[in-house]
Amino acid sequence: MDKYIWLIPILPLAGFIINGIGRNTLSKAVVGFIGSLMVLISFGISVAVFFQVKAAGSEFHGFNVSLFNWFSAGSVKISFSFLIDQLSAIMLLIITGVGFLIHLYSVGYMKDDAGFAKFFAYLNLFIFFMLLLVMGSNYLIMFIGWEGVGLCSYLLIGFWYTNPDYADAAKKAFIMNRIGDLGFIIAIFLIMVVFGSANFADVFKLASTKDFASAPFTLITILLFVGAVGKSAQLPLFTWLPDAMAGPTPVSALIHAATMVTAGVYMIARSNILFTLAPVTMHIVAVVGLTTAVIAALIALTQTDIKKVLAYSTVSQLGYMFLGLGVGAYTGAFFHVLTHAFFKALLFLGAGSVIHAMSNEQDMRNMGGLKGKLKITFITMLIGTLAISGIPPFAGFFSKDEILAHTFMHSTPMYVIGVITAMFTAFYMFRMLFLTFYGKFRGTHEQEHHLHESPPSMTIPLVVLAILSIVGGFIGRPESLGGHHWLEHFLAPVFAKSAPLLVTPELSNSTEITLMCISVGAAVLAILYAYFKYIKNAHVPVTDTEERPALVDISYHKFYIDELYDTIIRKPLDALSVFFYKVIDKMGIDGIVNGLGRGTVDASKGLRLLQTGNVGFYIFMMVVGIISILMYILFKA
Amino acid sequence: METLTKTIQGVPLNHYILLCSIIFSIGVIGVLIRRNAIVIFMSVELMLNSVNLLLTAFSVYRGDATGQVFVFFVMALAAAEVAVGLAIIVMIYRNTNSVDINVLNRLKW
Repeated sequence: MDKYIWLIPILPLAGFIINGIGRNTLSKAVVGFIGSLMVLISFGISVAVFFQVKAAGSEFHGFNVSLFNWFSAGSVKISFSFLIDQLSAIMLLIITGVGFLIHLYSVGYMKDDAGFAKFFAYLNLFIFFMLLLVMGSNYLIMFIGWEGVGLCSYLLIGFWYTNPDYADAAKKAFIMNRIGDLGFIIAIFLIMVVFGSANFADVFKLASTKDFASAPFTLITILLFVGAVGKSAQLPLFTWLPDAMAGPTPVSALIHAATMVTAGVYMIARSNILFTLAPVTMHIVAVVGLTTAVIAALIALTQTDIKKVLAYSTVSQLGYMFLGLGVGAYTGAFFHVLTHAFFKALLFLGAGSVIHAMSNEQDMRNMGGLKGKLKITFITMLIGTLAISGIPPFAGFFSKDEILAHTFMHSTPMYVIGVITAMFTAFYMFRMLFLTFYGKFRGTHEQEHHLHESPPSMTIPLVVLAILSIVGGFIGRPESLGGHHWLEHFLAPVFAKSAPLLVTPELSNSTEITLMCISVGAAVLAILYAYFKYIKNAHVPVTDTEERPALVDISYHKFYIDELYDTIIRKPLDALSVFFYKVIDKMGIDGIVNGLGRGTVDASKGLRLLQTGNVGFYIFMMVVGIISILMYILFKA
Repeated sequence: METLTKTIQGVPLNHYILLCSIIFSIGVIGVLIRRNAIVIFMSVELMLNSVNLLLTAFSVYRGDATGQVFVFFVMALAAAEVAVGLAIIVMIYRNTNSVDINVLNRLKW
């Protein structure tokens, strides 16, 4: 099997090249077929790889597929090789599986767009880089993928680049990611200096030995975490993700919900031993994750753009994942990555279906009553909403409760905040659902006339993802609910080195069930509140010109974080740039360069007066010169 | 050949040197004081030929043919120089209707 593993990333790359070159000649049907087929074949191989890994048992620590030696400098040898273990096998399934569904969806969603082929080329390129990211067997290959997905994210956010706002959103995403990438690359250098290798296997083996007990784990992991903060949109670098909604909706579903933004979680789960050895960083990760979860949830409470609600909910859920990582629930965090990929992709695609039906309307204040017209979209989105709200037996319930249970063991105040955030989540998700699908239609007459269910290529992915959102959670059913947590046993080899170092008190089944009841009860309360507010009282958020209560206003304006960054970072930087341009560049550097030029011209003007142009004089001077040279030679001796 | 050598050697070497110096000086002065380009040219030829004469005289006195070979080179070079130089002068005359070198003071800059 490992002979064919290189095909998994190569096929989407081939799709990118074919669609990229033939973007003006191939028909839309061919482009969509090639783009989707490449990812589907990759998915097929990934399934085979997954079953092979599964069959290998719990003693299996992954195999290396070495393709070629990339470069060697001094004692450092970097080979271009892939690592296939339990963690990357599941990631492969998520990326190619959800990726394929989203490709299929895009065939319908983008069918009227002029840049259809370009879109599929970019999507395929993204899949290629994302696969590289998760398959790489050392930090450098991971970094190639890491940068590549950032590039594709930029290209796809700015897909409709003729709109300056969208182009700005793309730039913002790219620049914020770069800040994180800087941390990541320094961390890689540090790892190579300390351990003499960037290979996962070598680094992790060395890290747990006594020789490296004094290695700067805290510094390395904080820098790695900075990278994750940028890519996974955590505080303080999260503002790019809501703006990234400028891209087409399938992009939001694939890149900004299911795969790319979870790269940070994957990276930390991959480096789990390094983080386990740095308790300080673990604490920071947990606090940052929790803070992000709360703040993003608070912002999502009042947003009126359907995609913005989902974007902030993504940030909030990512915060949960980091909370899970921070409290040592690596399996739980990764479990949440998996279930989140299902239900958040589903929600985004559902939102895309709504937007499609509403002729590109995204404001929920102009929606309402779509339940009857968009039956499949409504039912699938209801499932997704229940899943994200943590209602059993949907997928989100299991993963979120695993994280919350670990948080409870770690610290009770954090658990309380986590449950409150879960309550907010349930509220704003049902608020979105009620505003969109219930009540009276609030849009224009023309939009109402145009309302229609999306074509099958868009509804099939919705249905598949909805089924996964229902059953996906059962792979991690805890023992307290009669399961045996298959995922935990499956992933155990990946986290084997960290497990003995993480002393967590065992939680009795009854406590666990109590905790579950608390969070489910909180979610149900929030849903009821949303029901009374938005269905019984038919409340609709006020228009932008009307006054809002102060707290709502702060939330609606995203805590003014963008404005804050503008004031403390962008404006001083702009002022500094203007200073450098006007004083240093214009006066200093230009002054020196132009001064040199002008000085030469002036000096030459003086010197050329020595020339008379009189030929007789020149000849005379020549003779005088020859005579003086002769005289010199003659009298020198 | 022997008699020719004898005849040349009949005149003391000093006289040759004096004669050549005088011709050479005439050439130099001609170049310096005349304004007619053709006369300057002729003066240059005078200088070249005075040197030729001196080289042959030395060659004969020392019984060494190298000097005479050298003279042939100088003559070939002088012929080439005359060809180019006269062509330039012809062009100058066509452009300015004059061969006065003071007319050419626009050569500066």
